[in-house]
Amino acid sequence: MQTFSHVVELAAGGAGQPSEDDVLAALAPRFTLGAPGRPRTVRRTWLDTFDWRLHRAGLTLEYLTGPRPAELVLSTAAGDLVSQPAGRLAWPALAEDLPPGPVTAVIAPLAGIRALLAAARATSAVQDLRVLNADTKTVAWIRADRTTVDHPAAAQLPARLQVTAVRGYQLQAQRIGEVLAAAAGLNGHPGRPLDAALAAAGQRPEAYSNKISVQLGPGMAARGALQAVLLQLLDTLEANVPGTIRDIDTEFLHDLRVSVRRTRSVLKLAGDALPASLTARFRAEFKWLGDLTTPTRDLDVYLLNYDEMAGALVSGTPAELEPFHAHLARRRGIEQRSLTRGLRSARFSRLAREWRGALTGLTVPRAGERAADLATRRLRGAHRRVLRQGGAISADSPAEQLHDLRKRCKELRYLLEIFASLFDPQAYQRALKDLKGLQDCLGEFQDRQVQQEELREFAGQMMGDRDVPATALLAMGELAGGLGRAQRRARDEFAERFGEFASPASDRRFQELTSSAGTSGGRTGTTGGSARRSANGRAGDAGE
Amino acid sequence: MKILATYNIKGGVGKTSTAVNLSYLAAQDGLRVLLWDLDPQAAASYLFRIRPRVKGGGKALIKGSREIDDSIKGTDFADLDLLPADFTYRNLDLVLGATKKPTRRIARLLAPLSDQYDVIFLDCPPGISLLSESVLQAADSLLVPLIPTVLSLRTLDQLTEFISGFNGQRPAVLAFFSMIDARKNLHREIAERLPAERDDVAVATIPALSQIERMSVERAPVAAFAPHSRAAQSYQALWAEVRARAL
Ligand SMILES: Nc1ncnc2c1ncn2[C@@H]1O[C@H](COP(=O)(O)OP(=O)(O)OP(=O)(O)O)[C@@H](O)[C@H]1O
Ligand SMILES: [Mg+2]
Repeated sequence: MQTFSHVVELAAGGAGQPSEDDVLAALAPRFTLGAPGRPRTVRRTWLDTFDWRLHRAGLTLEYLTGPRPAELVLSTAAGDLVSQPAGRLAWPALAEDLPPGPVTAVIAPLAGIRALLAAARATSAVQDLRVLNADTKTVAWIRADRTTVDHPAAAQLPARLQVTAVRGYQLQAQRIGEVLAAAAGLNGHPGRPLDAALAAAGQRPEAYSNKISVQLGPGMAARGALQAVLLQLLDTLEANVPGTIRDIDTEFLHDLRVSVRRTRSVLKLAGDALPASLTARFRAEFKWLGDLTTPTRDLDVYLLNYDEMAGALVSGTPAELEPFHAHLARRRGIEQRSLTRGLRSARFSRLAREWRGALTGLTVPRAGERAADLATRRLRGAHRRVLRQGGAISADSPAEQLHDLRKRCKELRYLLEIFASLFDPQAYQRALKDLKGLQDCLGEFQDRQVQQEELREFAGQMMGDRDVPATALLAMGELAGGLGRAQRRARDEFAERFGEFASPASDRRFQELTSSAGTSGGRTGTTGGSARRSANGRAGDAGE
Repeated sequence: MKILATYNIKGGVGKTSTAVNLSYLAAQDGLRVLLWDLDPQAAASYLFRIRPRVKGGGKALIKGSREIDDSIKGTDFADLDLLPADFTYRNLDLVLGATKKPTRRIARLLAPLSDQYDVIFLDCPPGISLLSESVLQAADSLLVPLIPTVLSLRTLDQLTEFISGFNGQRPAVLAFFSMIDARKNLHREIAERLPAERDDVAVATIPALSQIERMSVERAPVAAFAPHSRAAQSYQALWAEVRARAL
């Protein structure tokens, strides 16, 4: 059911503020109110993904339970409402596991593989009032809603009056909304209740993003810039630890890994912008952390692609492949437990603690290199290396050479993302697109190879189990064949993809990018100036 | 989607009272219901407190130049909407006469509503006209209120004969006795005998009751303002029979 509603928020009743009754009295004489319905107590859970995909799309999702059947209600800032019956649900939950309906249809594609989490919880006293015209006909409903937030912090939200038109009486409902808003002394749209609920706990929505959003200034000292980036990467890493341990969805681990890899790239490429003693000490620890996360992630990738792989079988059937799925799920359980142990270990907490200490304790020299100069120098070097190594690859070069090139591309990619805020945004997007085309091809080539090798290993492990039907192994053989063909296709495409990346046009775009970083020239900027976090960071996304 | 029309050539026999109460009871049963008040006198619209006005008048509606959707009003009851009457409906025969297939017109107008409603009730003015013919052709069933007199049966037979002349879809006819006066022996006798004898006469009957007359004061279905009254129970029984036979 889709309806339109008009929401009026009452100022938190202080002296001189109009009360709810005052506001409703303004409807006379044109409208009167019917006898009020019995008040209901409704439990309200606001839901969003960890990375606020619904909030970013301007949507608010609520799960309401109480004396009436439970429902999911989705609303836009403009007042459009969609609802669907929901039954008993527990959170976190994946959108694809929700009962089908108009709400699920909108949120499932937005949330994707990210779980819906309770962002806030509240208890509301809800009362419905009829608004009658001169014929004592109901033309609209007013829902009065007094909400007490109890999670993440206790807070009383301003009372809200929500006007919903009876079909065919939209104009009257609009008028009613305007009269109430005028009487409440408020103009403009009220804020979102979820935002207010979070604000009471000192939180704000959309605070988490897996993008690097530190705003660097070209005149900043290089060390100060790296310090700011590394601190944000550490924040992101730590933010994903609880969700990874609770195994809420696969993307906590994914984002955690991306932070680790970005950190490792900075440590590797920093040169003398960071003290050598510092990089030497932490490079090994971050390698340990990265390796700790790899087995679970590899299995996640398999499981995320499983349905597609099973669906593509031609000779075997999904049912025959089922023992493989069971094996993957069992292995993942084992790996997830050892990952959890690692993340709860003294070694990990020491790493996080000492790394933060080392970063915050860094002294930023007044004289050293500036961020823009470091960025340009490093980017040019990384770009040169990609061109050199890629140019040396011919049709019969060994696979290792392509794997090496993939690493160089990743280094270039991370440099771009880390320093994104120094460049012209359009030049940045163009250069990123050029690189992505090549990366996708190299990624496909290596990932399919790794997956074939893993598949052989899984088959070996499964042979060790008793009672593995031969049909399961045959179906896995067919999967391996498919992976082999996909890998071959990627290899065949490589020359073309690299040719595009190495083309004069792409090269020119790269030059435009590096020269857009406000290097040297008249403005000296502020050396060692502090980094700001931009609210909507425009850094690249976390490609893996 | 089923289309049910309350119809009788005669006036004042209980067509509107029946359409209003049965549409209310159908919605109470969880069906999505629309009632179209086709009578320019607008009795059904009045009973639901809805002003008898349609954007562009009957002409725009019949010719299809305005969306029916835009003229539908929600009643005070869940799942029950009304397409109001309009004073211009008095000229509907002229408008219909100017269309290509006048007697198929109502059916064509209602077809697109099938994903919104489970049942549509048509409340017709009395008499025989191009409009009533178009309604008879659109309806799946006709609900015909009869005052229990010997003549009323003749009217029913005439109607049945008229319908049998249709080619294509013919509505099922279900008559029922309305406004039975318990003090009149003839009323009681006819109302008891005929349902047993004739398949097209319902067992359920609607007695003459002052609660039903009160509807025009309360401006609501009797089942809404006096749900336990004898009047409400009579309509309830009629609805159960209609539902079983016509839906
Ligand atoms: N069963 C009943 N008992 C008492 N009064 C009734 C009953 N049914 C209808 N009436 C009253 O009789 C009058 C006519 O009823 P109603 O409007 O339902 O008939 P109608 O066939 O639609 O009339 P019209 O031909 O004018 O459209 C109304 O005043 C109504 O309240
Ligand atoms: Mg009538």
